[in-house]
Amino acid sequence: MGAVWVYSEIYAGRPAPVALELISKAAELGEATAILLGRDAAGAASVAGEYGAARAIVDARADYDEHLAPAAVPTLAALVRERQPALLLFATTYDSRDVASRLATRLDRGVVTNATGIEADGDGFRILTPWGANTIAVCELTGPGTRIVLVRPKAFTAVNSGGACAVEQFAGPLDAATTAIRVVETVEETTQGPLLSDSKIVVAGGRGLGNADNFGLVEELADALGGAVGASRAVVDAGWRPYGEQIGQTGVTVKPDVYIACGISGAIQHLAGMKGAKTIIAINKDPEAPIFRSADLGIVGDALTVLPQLIAEVRRG
Amino acid sequence: MRILVCVKQVPDPNTVVYQIDPGTKRLVRDGVTNVLDPGAEVALEAALQLAERDGESTVTVVAMGPEDAEDAIRRALAMGAHDGALITDDALAGSDALGTAKALAAAIGQIGFDIIFCATESTDGYSGMVPGMVAELLGIPHLSFIRSLEVRDGVLTGQRVIALGYQTVQCPLPLLVAIASGSHEARYPALKGIMAAKRKKVEEYTLADLDLDPDDAGEAGARERVLELLPVEERQAGVIVEDNGDGAARIAELLRQRGVL
Ligand SMILES: Cc1cc2nc3c(=O)[nH]c(=O)nc-3n(C[C@H](O)[C@H](O)[C@H](O)COP(=O)(O)OP(=O)(O)OC[C@H]3O[C@@H](n4cnc5c(N)ncnc54)[C@H](O)[C@@H]3O)c2cc1C
Ligand SMILES: Nc1ncnc2c1ncn2[C@@H]1O[C@H](COP(=O)(O)O)[C@@H](O)[C@H]1O
Repeated sequence: MGAVWVYSEIYAGRPAPVALELISKAAELGEATAILLGRDAAGAASVAGEYGAARAIVDARADYDEHLAPAAVPTLAALVRERQPALLLFATTYDSRDVASRLATRLDRGVVTNATGIEADGDGFRILTPWGANTIAVCELTGPGTRIVLVRPKAFTAVNSGGACAVEQFAGPLDAATTAIRVVETVEETTQGPLLSDSKIVVAGGRGLGNADNFGLVEELADALGGAVGASRAVVDAGWRPYGEQIGQTGVTVKPDVYIACGISGAIQHLAGMKGAKTIIAINKDPEAPIFRSADLGIVGDALTVLPQLIAEVRRG
Repeated sequence: MRILVCVKQVPDPNTVVYQIDPGTKRLVRDGVTNVLDPGAEVALEAALQLAERDGESTVTVVAMGPEDAEDAIRRALAMGAHDGALITDDALAGSDALGTAKALAAAIGQIGFDIIFCATESTDGYSGMVPGMVAELLGIPHLSFIRSLEVRDGVLTGQRVIALGYQTVQCPLPLLVAIASGSHEARYPALKGIMAAKRKKVEEYTLADLDLDPDDAGEAGARERVLELLPVEERQAGVIVEDNGDGAARIAELLRQRGVL
């Protein structure tokens, strides 16, 4: 198998957690190369090596940080055209989707999105993607050239094998269609994001809590358990909670030891983000709520009654 | 301003049970009610609000789909869009994201625009690929996951959602914006709007009108092939109990067993 590249978003000076998952997977499939663009690229490269990258291609100019992610498109297009890796992996994040969609168009390549598994198969790859609630489609990309696949976070495990990688500097081109956008300011509304995705305990609330004030019970329980707060999309759409707390297909994917769902129906788009939890506990008024089909323990009851009792119980220890 | 909105018709998310035909390996669409994608309604709402603030804009909705996708366009017209364009051709059936984007971009190029709206992702496919692809084909910038926006002197200023909050971004027109799902409350068409929609113009485009290479479109152009379908390993349901005042205690007991308490 040839080279497997990973477009690695950089977060806090390191490849983002999902990038490390993809790098470890790439190392299983072939010779893993991390593509790292932006100010902190050189430092991030050594971490990529620890997680299985044999090479890192690094362009440490700040232009990539000063513009939105699509600034990476011309650089990636130049690299792929020149070197034709067998496979190029992206994470299913909004930034990476913006890059992958433009790149695939520029290279006139197909893409598979939302992949949860990849297996080498002769010269090609078998790519697994969920289809609805109970089917996994196994697909392949046909035609010549590099396969572009977007992978869901937490589909693979990041493994620190302590290696080191060869670092190659590359100065990519930039173009107007992807750098015309100016970022005026960045505003943080929550500090939960990264904490949530890696927390061992997640307490999540849904529309069943009734209003933003009642959601405070979810925060209290999370606080008492030392866990993170999550939310369903209905709650985020209603403006009760920030997007960074949304769990599911279009939000954060979590794989905690314990997931407590309060007033969440368990729509398949929500399950997509949490069904990997080791233990799922659900509190819901409706005995028919789909969440109960995935729960290890389901309490049919009013979350507004059960939560205060549970918070008291937990605080007693 | 000339505002275009890409809208998709999708199986009604409130009733559909997604089923795959094991033969064709495509989504079973028979007996399924189709609707204007709720995500596209939100994008259209954002576009209509921009047009209303501006007072001198027109909003044109563009859809690619089977003949009956005209219903989705009519719904958009009833909400307040001025006219519509439907790209429909048997040869376009089975298009992948890039094939869809090529058809949309070709029609959009003919219609002309100052700004294009999309939803960030469609409710049925949720690839989130089409907006960036259309923008790339047209050679314009795109902004994804926008929750609010303003256009002044030919420059768009918007809030783009990110994991930790939002970023304020600015870009001169022409450009494409993909709107975040819950960011606007889509209006419900009034009876007057529904009546007016019947008389509004919907232009049809075929593959030939768009000058597209048949090899780029539809099944023939799709580069993704489904090899097989596998059942998902279902999680086993555990114990489900009615809360008789002991619900909290039962949860605490399980948390103790798991070593959390
Ligand atoms: C393309 C797409 C992507 C999506 N992505 C996501 C995603 O990433 N994440 C996500 O969460 N959703 C996502 N959704 C939305 C998803 O389909 C559901 O609409 C959403 O998850 C519902 O949120 P909810 O469970 O909070 O609300 P509801 O479905 O309204 O459920 C509320 C639940 O609370 C229960 N309840 C009511 N009162 C009480 C009470 N007092 N005590 C206990 N229980 C009570 C009710 O019985 C009900 O089951 C997506 C949808 C689409 C179409
Ligand atoms: N067939 C289509 N017709 C019109 N617009 C589309 C079509 N497919 C996708 N789009 C647009 O692209 C957005 C994202 O779709 P997707 O890339 O399929 O997730 C949709 O919400 C629409 O705005």
